[in-house]
Amino acid sequence: MTDRIAILGGGTGGAVLANNLAERLGPEIDAGDVDVTLINDDPDHVYKPVWLYVPFGKREPADARRPLQSLIDDRIDLRIDRVTEIDTDGKRLELRDAPGSVAYDYLVVATGSTLAPTEISGLEEGGHDYYSESGALALRDDLLSMTEGHLVLSVIGTPHMCPAAPLEFVFMADDWLRERGLREDIDITYTYPIQRVHGNPHIAEWAGPIMDERGINVETFFNADAVDPEAGTVTSMEGTEIDYDVLAAIPPHRGVDVVEEAGLGDRGWVDVNKHTLEADEAEDVYALGDAATTGVPKAGSVAHYQAGIVAQRLESEVRGRPATATYDGKTLCFIETGMDAASYVEFDYENPPSPAPPSEKLHWSKLAYNESYWLTARGLL
Amino acid sequence: MSTTDIEPTDTVDARGAACPGPLMDLISQVRGAESGDVIRLLSDNDQSLTDVSEWVDETDNELLAVDESGDEYEFYVEVA
Repeated sequence: MTDRIAILGGGTGGAVLANNLAERLGPEIDAGDVDVTLINDDPDHVYKPVWLYVPFGKREPADARRPLQSLIDDRIDLRIDRVTEIDTDGKRLELRDAPGSVAYDYLVVATGSTLAPTEISGLEEGGHDYYSESGALALRDDLLSMTEGHLVLSVIGTPHMCPAAPLEFVFMADDWLRERGLREDIDITYTYPIQRVHGNPHIAEWAGPIMDERGINVETFFNADAVDPEAGTVTSMEGTEIDYDVLAAIPPHRGVDVVEEAGLGDRGWVDVNKHTLEADEAEDVYALGDAATTGVPKAGSVAHYQAGIVAQRLESEVRGRPATATYDGKTLCFIETGMDAASYVEFDYENPPSPAPPSEKLHWSKLAYNESYWLTARGLL
Repeated sequence: MSTTDIEPTDTVDARGAACPGPLMDLISQVRGAESGDVIRLLSDNDQSLTDVSEWVDETDNELLAVDESGDEYEFYVEVA
């Protein structure tokens, strides 16, 4: 009997998992004992961290895209389609385009994050983000034409992809505007929903003084409630109103509807055991990366490490052995602190982050990793 | 006010969530709530004791009570 593994989503987590399984279970796949199917609704794989550089003219959206087919092992059955229903009792998936349903024995949900700007009145019309191709390009146009006024970075939705990116954006904007001789005419304000500048207190403690030193205004306990594009204002639930000329916003995030409809978790995030990554509400279902509610950042490194754990667990299950691999919360992030310096953090469930002193070397390490990321997607790095 | 006297409109179960998850879950619930609704937040994170009260102080919402007697904290917030 063939063990059928279905992976939903061909982002970092899904791609790394598929290639890892092809490597681990190659003989079984070749013999027809295991079948691995990867389903993604976009023929391209997208490496989202590239978008941070687009507003500053350093990268193009095309730099973040490669055909998924070119990255995935030939032993994987790659389907470009969209899942419209997950039936965890019947262990079947319905697809938008293909007729019939897809049966599975093991399911891995790696459906990532989606943006939900319409949850905040006026945000879609009045703000830009760099968490999408179109948002990053629109923000680039606004930044390039900005010569004076007020640039506001507002973190609205949490959890959101790459928790370090809002800090990186204001640090890079500060440096970029100084290099262009515009910083004295452009104020920068950073807003955050809680009483410090980052959800992690150790990172907040490190970043706060840098903001002070750079003259970046900080507004904490600011939960944006509405944006008025005509007036150029953003107001918070706490009653604060800020005028802006350019608003770079981190919109509310959601998972995908099909996850919520399947009863796997709220807002499209899958409730999981944070060590085994098994879904709470269904048998033989795993989730990883942004889609999984482990409490660690929604970041590519997390998806990468979790994919390795799920691959080990599936290998054990397919071979009839107890699955013992567990995820320890490992997270790794580079944090740009300007256009030519960066810091770095590594942490897990037990050990908090301790940001490294910013250096040019770490900046180039980040850029070098971004170039070599495609080896990660192929399961080689 | 005793927590047994309070009838919550909704409960947000943030047990197991790391800081600032419980507060953000509460804020998210308050966003969609009606004036007068009472949100009960369950959290087992010690940081919530300061996070929640400090945030409520910044708003017109009211922290009606905090029950610390069980294995987790129960916060009762009335939406302004």
